[in-house]
Amino acid sequence: MEDTLMIRGIAFRSRLWVGTGKYKDFEETRKVIEASGSDVVTVAVRRVNIIDGKSENLLDYIDPKKYKILPNTAGCYTVEDALRYSRLAREAGISDLIKLEVIGDERTLFPDTIGLLKATEVLAKEGFVVLPYTNDDPVMAKRLEDAGAAAVMPLGAPIGSGLGIRNPYNIRIILETVKVPVVVDAGVGTASDAAIAMELGCDAVLINTGIAGAKDPVVMASAMKHAVLAGRLACRAGRIPKKLYATASSPIEGML
Amino acid sequence: MKLIVNGETLETSAQTLKGLLDELRVQAERVAVEVNLSVVRKSEYATFPLNEEDRIEIVNFVGGG
Repeated sequence: MEDTLMIRGIAFRSRLWVGTGKYKDFEETRKVIEASGSDVVTVAVRRVNIIDGKSENLLDYIDPKKYKILPNTAGCYTVEDALRYSRLAREAGISDLIKLEVIGDERTLFPDTIGLLKATEVLAKEGFVVLPYTNDDPVMAKRLEDAGAAAVMPLGAPIGSGLGIRNPYNIRIILETVKVPVVVDAGVGTASDAAIAMELGCDAVLINTGIAGAKDPVVMASAMKHAVLAGRLACRAGRIPKKLYATASSPIEGML
Repeated sequence: MKLIVNGETLETSAQTLKGLLDELRVQAERVAVEVNLSVVRKSEYATFPLNEEDRIEIVNFVGGG
């Protein structure tokens, strides 16, 4: 079933995007991504360890020709840092994609929306394909779209919390408010959470801890793959309305 | 000359950025580099001159969400 998501001319085949953090090692990362069926992975930008001189690199296990690499600005609490990391990420030479994070608080890791908006404006003008990690405020989502974001990535719940889609109503409003793709990022804890996000009409879901922190990450990656597919199909199929009372499924006609 | 690379002071005989990367056994294709807060284009690594006390950041992609 052809169901490619297009963002600024870039084709994203999978509706499940996978984070590469928190895995035991590169080999586990590779196995999980394979089980997930995803072609989109996020990465962080960090100093090379020049003292230890370990020659292994994440991209030795995840081929940038096969996977879309989406660098993030995780750990950035200021606009200045987010811009700095974004520009370095782009110079690593893979693409203009950036998952923009400007964090406002250490405990919740909620975005600093004011800083996020400023950074989005600057980076969009510099030609980046900006995918901002935002909250579930539809007003904010519209501001980000107007500022040049190529998609919006509202959180379902705090990063790593596994609380699922805490405000499905706001997510639905965001879907009706912006024209750019909506990709839920953060908070998905298990398969049903991912399915719910897709049933609401989201274009994709990004999951890291929900898979990496599972007791069996490879099995969970497969679960998420199926959940995203199920949710997406259900959304396209058009569900029945919710009713207070019953409507029989078997005919009255022909009863004895 | 003395350089500060990724927060560490070190001595190098390299004259260019590419020379430094080679000395540190870092693959140029896998990294991005900043010298004194300016990102250096990859195409310039081979000719980019280093100066005493330059602050250099060499980053790459690691696992992250």
